Amino acid sequence: MPLSNSPDVIVVGAGVVGAACAYYAARSGLSVTVVDRGPVAGGTTGAGEGNLLVSDKEPGPELDLALLSTRLWRDLAAGLPDGAEYEAKGGLVVARDAARMTALRAFARSQTAAGVTAQEVPADALHDLEPHLAPGLAGGFLYPQDAQVQPALAAAHLLRASGARVRTGQEVTAVLTGASGEVRGVRTRAGDLHAPYVVNAAGTWGGEVARLAGAHLPVLPRRGFVLVTEPLPRVVRHKVYAADYVADVASGSAALQTSAVVEGTPAGPVLIGASRERVGFDRTLSVEALRRLAAGATELFPVLAGVRALRTYAGFRPYLPDHLPAVGADPSVPGLLHACGHEGAGIGLAPATGLAVARVLTGDEPPLDLRPFDPGRFTGVTA
Amino acid sequence: MTGSPSEPYDLAVVGAGPAGLAGAVTAAELGLSTVLLDASGRPGGQYFRHPAPGLGATRPGALHHDWPAFTALRRRLAASDVTHLAHHHVWTVTRRAADDWTVHALTGPDGDDGKPVRIRARAVLLATGAHERHLPFPGWTLPGVVGAGGAQAMLKAGLVLPGRRVVVAGSGPLLLAVASSLTAAGAHVPEVVEAAGYLGYARHPRALATNPHKLVEAAVHGTALARHRVRLRPRSAVTAVHGTDRVEAVTVSRLGPDWRPLPGTGRRVPCDALAVGHGLVPQTELATGLGCATRRTPDGTDALLLDAWQETTVPGLWAAGETGGTGGWQLARVEGELAAVAVTARLRARPGLTTGRRVRDLARRRDRMRAFAEAMAAAHAPGAGWTGWLTDDTEVCRCEEVTAGRVREAVDDLGARDARTVKLLTRAGMGWCQGRMCGAAVAALAAAGRPDGAVPPSPARRPLAVPVPLAALAALPEDPDGPDGPEDH
Ligand SMILES: Cc1cc2nc3c(=O)[nH]c(=O)nc-3n(C[C@H](O)[C@H](O)[C@H](O)COP(=O)(O)OP(=O)(O)OC[C@H]3O[C@@H](n4cnc5c(N)ncnc54)[C@H](O)[C@@H]3O)c2cc1C
Ligand SMILES: Cc1cc2nc3c(=O)[nH]c(=O)nc-3n(C[C@H](O)[C@H](O)[C@H](O)COP(=O)(O)OP(=O)(O)OC[C@H]3O[C@@H](n4cnc5c(N)ncnc54)[C@H](O)[C@@H]3O)c2cc1C
Repeated sequence: MPLSNSPDVIVVGAGVVGAACAYYAARSGLSVTVVDRGPVAGGTTGAGEGNLLVSDKEPGPELDLALLSTRLWRDLAAGLPDGAEYEAKGGLVVARDAARMTALRAFARSQTAAGVTAQEVPADALHDLEPHLAPGLAGGFLYPQDAQVQPALAAAHLLRASGARVRTGQEVTAVLTGASGEVRGVRTRAGDLHAPYVVNAAGTWGGEVARLAGAHLPVLPRRGFVLVTEPLPRVVRHKVYAADYVADVASGSAALQTSAVVEGTPAGPVLIGASRERVGFDRTLSVEALRRLAAGATELFPVLAGVRALRTYAGFRPYLPDHLPAVGADPSVPGLLHACGHEGAGIGLAPATGLAVARVLTGDEPPLDLRPFDPGRFTGVTA
Repeated sequence: MTGSPSEPYDLAVVGAGPAGLAGAVTAAELGLSTVLLDASGRPGGQYFRHPAPGLGATRPGALHHDWPAFTALRRRLAASDVTHLAHHHVWTVTRRAADDWTVHALTGPDGDDGKPVRIRARAVLLATGAHERHLPFPGWTLPGVVGAGGAQAMLKAGLVLPGRRVVVAGSGPLLLAVASSLTAAGAHVPEVVEAAGYLGYARHPRALATNPHKLVEAAVHGTALARHRVRLRPRSAVTAVHGTDRVEAVTVSRLGPDWRPLPGTGRRVPCDALAVGHGLVPQTELATGLGCATRRTPDGTDALLLDAWQETTVPGLWAAGETGGTGGWQLARVEGELAAVAVTARLRARPGLTTGRRVRDLARRRDRMRAFAEAMAAAHAPGAGWTGWLTDDTEVCRCEEVTAGRVREAVDDLGARDARTVKLLTRAGMGWCQGRMCGAAVAALAAAGRPDGAVPPSPARRPLAVPVPLAALAALPEDPDGPDGPEDH
């Protein structure tokens, strides 16, 4: 039995990416229903850190997406209540020794050419920016475009601002298709929902939703732990991390790679994150991951040694083999769009993803070249 | 050394309350090398608290008619080979295999002496007890309002009274015990305000009749209370607290069957303290962190799911006492003993141990007491209407200062339907106590947004059972062969 009032588009997933898709689609005049089997932001969005980074991205399609998102987040933040806790605090990337500083300088130069603002900070000026930073570092780069939001709040506020109909607690169990294989809607335990377009924003579970539609998207989980300290006065002003992080993001290895990204929050706790490892959906605590996070953080900020970690949480980043998200139309199922696989950057990349999806839905020119994100790239079939 | 990486203990017991004590001494007596860790300085747990030496209390047993049972356990502990590690705060337990466990603890009275330890064992028994459940109400943050269990603990540990004229309120069988301890220590208790109706017990006559000890206990409390002219007010709750700097009076309102306060029934009762509690919440985070399944108890808490031999759903990990559901100290002791027998049978491959007459007897007593405990829990389950006494400006999460109004906003405007989402959207439960104080209230408020209004199971997710200094984490030995594999850059 179909549920009443069929929308123009159904978004599967009420994480930050689904929320952004709903927001921009609704702003383009489409009527939107968002379906999630859990609560709003109950997936990886509720387990992420909320860094909106350009500093960690090498020139290329992901950086382009991030640069566009950075601008969009600024606009969004101005329109949303301050509940989203947007902060344009800037990132500070430091180098432990001269060799790493040289590498960082070359990296920053290539980013600058791609539109990133990066300012070199000599060793003796680091402490003006971050008074509690460890002594003996070789220098760093300041990235003023790096910012932060509270991901769950941002997703919830975006969803509310979208005016979309939100159905939580309803799992999509099938994607309905018509005679020629085109999308007709989705089936949930509460009934069928009809719409000519379905957006797969199911994050780490995007592969399963694709499969329901007969499509193929190899999304896999990549676990991360975050450590959260007791509330502190502002001892860390920027997002601070060591330059090795850059190498981790693009690496394809299955082993744990932890780089300490340390940052303060408006509420007081310092966040330290995040580890990266491929262990499926295993939630059990990895003491080794916590050791590396704590060791990295106290190495950068020795004052944190006596500070207590109050909690830790784990999440599962949605990653695709080439570490780029899938954004756009499915090559084989008409009416199916994908917006998932953003790995460790989904909070940052959400607005540009949402805007691009809305443009595809309305048939308008996308805001950037979507070919690198083509969901068909894993099947050999392109849209 | 036993417990060192080369030679692990047979059994590590976490918690030295009646369950852990009984488990440790039984295991040692059966020949297992056993280590017993507890956060506090002395054994006894929640029930057998005793004054610190030097406070001049010569007869702690005076507060207790069950003291001899505890002295007997202590004597067995002293005579045993159990390694008792007091002031050890376990922050996590990790597992490599069903017979390869590591217990991680911080040391010192407050866990901050900077010498964290790791203890390896072939089996683990969790006996971490429970913490008190709090349902907030307007004014509950005023000085003079204390937890009922807290008041009892203060009495037993230091013999201090929270006030001279103390109203006892909330729900559960412990209220009577608290009231009688308070009166015995010289306080005046004008009223015991119980949200449930005691009639609920009548629905479980069998469970009651087969637990004579419980009836004796109730009778002891009952006569003591009658002697001190304590009035029992069933189907009522404290719905407001009055006073500027501390408690001067409380408003007691009558409740409807679903615990919704009945308008116009408020009565002012002068007092200088209020001891309030709504039963106990099993402290299960060390187990749930390892993936152990939980069950919903009749009074709406999440307890560990255990088999007939006290084993959790994760092989090699046993639990006893309040971690499996509230049930009193005697049940805890019996379960501890049963668990120790089961662990020994497994580790020593002696299945015969579990078929002896004494053990079957223990199991029967355990079942009987569990049934009784479940009946009591059902009678004291909070009614869904209790949130009706929360005004929007009532602070629900004290650590992060989140009001009921803000939680309701997250539910009504932002779509939160469970405690975790409310936490993400409001910070309720993110502070020092990690939701131990506000968890029940937040879950109930969030459930208001669900079609059926029912609170979904929300077992504790606290991978760090206690706060851990970063230096302690950073100083852990590197674990290149650990489950995570080596770092590759
Ligand atoms: C530890 C950690 C730290 C991170 N830090 C950052 C950071 O600092 N900055 C950053 O940008 N990113 C960060 N990330 C990554 C970021 O969190 C993710 O990329 C992002 O949240 C993905 O959002 P999403 O909306 O695609 O997925 P999700 O938030 O997971 O949403 C997908 C939703 O789909 C729903 N769903 C799935 N299947 C179905 C179905 N069949 N029917 C109905 N609903 C379904 C799920 O319930 C879920 O709510 C971090 C991730 C982790 C784990
Ligand atoms: C106010 C009050 C009155 C009561 N009155 C009665 C009564 O009259 N009759 C009755 O039968 N029962 C009564 N009880 C209940 C009784 O206290 C419990 O049934 C009993 O204590 C349960 O024993 P346990 O061993 O399971 O846990 P507990 O006695 O609670 O012991 C748990 C132990 O674990 C330790 N621990 C917890 N977490 C950690 C950690 N992470 N690391 C290290 N150590 C840890 C604690 O320090 C504690 O010592 C009362 C309880 C209260 C609060």
